[in-house]
Amino acid sequence: MIPVDYYLFLSLALFTIGVIGVLTRRNVIIMLMSIELILNAVNINLMVFSRLWGTVDGQVFAIFIITDAAAEAAVGLGIILAFFHNRETVLADEMDIMKW
Amino acid sequence: MNAPYFLEHIWLIPLFPLLTAAVMLFYGRKLANNIVSYLCAGSVFVSFIFSVGAFFQLVAMPQGERFFTKLLFEWVPAVPYHMFDGRLANFVASWEFQIDPLSAVMILVVTGVGFLIHVYSTGYMAHEGGYYRFFGYLNLFMFAMLILVLANNFLMMFVGWEGVGTCSYLLIGFYFHRKSASDAGKKAFIVNRVGDAGFLLGIFLCSAVLGTVRFSDIGPALRAGHFQNGDPWLTAIALLLFVGAAGKSAQIPLYVWLPDAMEGPTPVSALIHAATMVTAGVYMVTRTNAIYQLAPKAMGVVALVGAITALFAATIGVVQNDIKKVLAYSTVSQLGYMFLACGVGAFTAGIFHLMTHAFFKGLLFLAAGSVIHALSGEQDMRKMGALSKRIPVTYWTMLIATLAIAGIFPFAGFVSKDLILGKAYEKDVLLWAIGYFTAGMTAFYMFRLIFMTFHGTSRVDHEVEHHIHESPKAMLVPLVILAGLSIVGGLVSWPEILGGNSHFVHFLEPVVGAAHDARIEPLKGPSSRIGEINLMLLSEGLVVLGILFAWYLYIKRTELPAKIAKSLNGFYELVYHKYYVDELYDALFVNRAKDLGLALGWFDTNVINGVGVDGAGWLTRFVSRASMWWDTWIVDGSVKLGARIVWVLSFPVRLIQDGLVQSYMLFIVIGLIGILGYYFYLANHAVH
Repeated sequence: MIPVDYYLFLSLALFTIGVIGVLTRRNVIIMLMSIELILNAVNINLMVFSRLWGTVDGQVFAIFIITDAAAEAAVGLGIILAFFHNRETVLADEMDIMKW
Repeated sequence: MNAPYFLEHIWLIPLFPLLTAAVMLFYGRKLANNIVSYLCAGSVFVSFIFSVGAFFQLVAMPQGERFFTKLLFEWVPAVPYHMFDGRLANFVASWEFQIDPLSAVMILVVTGVGFLIHVYSTGYMAHEGGYYRFFGYLNLFMFAMLILVLANNFLMMFVGWEGVGTCSYLLIGFYFHRKSASDAGKKAFIVNRVGDAGFLLGIFLCSAVLGTVRFSDIGPALRAGHFQNGDPWLTAIALLLFVGAAGKSAQIPLYVWLPDAMEGPTPVSALIHAATMVTAGVYMVTRTNAIYQLAPKAMGVVALVGAITALFAATIGVVQNDIKKVLAYSTVSQLGYMFLACGVGAFTAGIFHLMTHAFFKGLLFLAAGSVIHALSGEQDMRKMGALSKRIPVTYWTMLIATLAIAGIFPFAGFVSKDLILGKAYEKDVLLWAIGYFTAGMTAFYMFRLIFMTFHGTSRVDHEVEHHIHESPKAMLVPLVILAGLSIVGGLVSWPEILGGNSHFVHFLEPVVGAAHDARIEPLKGPSSRIGEINLMLLSEGLVVLGILFAWYLYIKRTELPAKIAKSLNGFYELVYHKYYVDELYDALFVNRAKDLGLALGWFDTNVINGVGVDGAGWLTRFVSRASMWWDTWIVDGSVKLGARIVWVLSFPVRLIQDGLVQSYMLFIVIGLIGILGYYFYLANHAVH
């Protein structure tokens, strides 16, 4: 059986890639995709620990998170579309009017 | 017991003209001229019938009881006040009509002469605009004049007094589009205000001293009061009342309005400024003779003013060229005679002269109007002459009136004027001398008028010459009637010395009842027969001399008057310009009043408007500017200051809010790392 650590490192790698993607990429769609990576890294963690301890709590949480991710993607894309209508851009650093 | 009908309904006499005046002034515009004539002259005629009725019913009463009052309604009911001597009195004034011999004579003169002048006016005004307006004013005047003479108290008399003044103003300014006419109207009104102020003060003083304004109560109040003959209070009342009389009756120094009043239509001059209104002053002095008789000093003033006015006005009349102006100054002069009579205590003679004067002066004015009518409006006697054949009726009637006013035996003026002169002689030879000399001048200037107008050579403009025509019947009939009255008017009081019985004077005597008062010094006994006859002959002689002199100057040697005028250049100019009295008044009062107006205007512009209004505006602007400064710097400033303080305080933290979603994300990650790091730290050190 593959040791738990491997899964955790995979999860950590995915999470890190996601965070770096969110922080560095200007395109909001890619940022959303990076967020998906982060959420899936969490899902892997939940699955691993669910298998490890033989409970379904983690799997239930994972289902919730997938649902949540779908909803988030829908809402997020809707916002991006509306924003694009107004500003003709999807770059995060051009969305700066809410500052002091 | 019911009082006789006409006395009981005495209040109807003024009512008829009032009604037609109201109809004229409200609806007259829509009425045809002949309806206006019938209504207006008719109402005055009805008043005349009622007056005659009242007169005869009064005469039917026993001599001592010829007095009747008719209370119509209470006007000012019993206002209590303190008199000067501290007693409590009630101020009462009612609409109460009084008829006694004096009132009876006055209403007969007013309605009788008034009716004739109304008839005359229907002819004279036939082609004038505003026919209904003229008759409306004329009837309103009749109403006011009748109120004046029928009043039982000062207050009601004052209503009539002001009423006639107003109508006089309206009628003088009848041709209001002519500036001189409207100016003359204003002048008459304003000069009369001066007199009226004195009259009002006299009324106030009378109520304060005697405690009544009711004529029939003045006598008893005087008898009951503790007044010496010549009491200063009574003298003051008498003098103040005389100021009013002088204003209304055109005596020095308030006579200046009457000559200018000739701007009005000629019937107005005849009715108001010769026969009726201007005699109101004489009537008023006679009505209050009880007061005058206890104030000999005031009587002296009245006599002196009257005598001087008579002479003064006569001198001006001598040099006037306007036919109506001559008559106007003659009126002033004759009014002076009446006051001379009152002043020497011969009130009855004054009223008698008032009546005869109403006849012959009314006639003179109407005849002058007829002349003016014939000459298409020409009033300058230098452009008349030789009219006696062209307009014979006018000529003969005017000649009769002239003989009457000159005092030729046996015309009306002879009787009344010589009565006055005789009384004046008994009182003071100087007064008599002034009156005597004036009589001569009167004869002179009146015959100058006759000769210049009707005799000699014609100086009429060629244009006008063709249109000369005798006036219509409506104008001639009143002339003839008045001429008749001017002839026989004297007979009602034919002097005893000439075989008469002085009916009229005896009829009026009860009105001058205070003569029985022991405090009053009676006039000296009747002068001797020879004296009275001599006086008459003397004045007749002077009058004839005056006439001859006029004949010599204006018929015989027509070049002489101009030469005389030239040789007396300075004096002639002085008299011709009416002694510059108008100019003097202008300089003394009129221009000073204008200066006062200008000063007040300056005060209004600079003080009321400048300091007051503009100052208030400036102050408001100043306050609002200060308030604006406060709002900008203090109110707004404090708000802004709060914002600025918050802004300053928020300095470091504010920078975090850069609006970039990725920087927020970075902070989240940093925070996450921080929290995790903290837990790691705890995990590594808290194990023990």
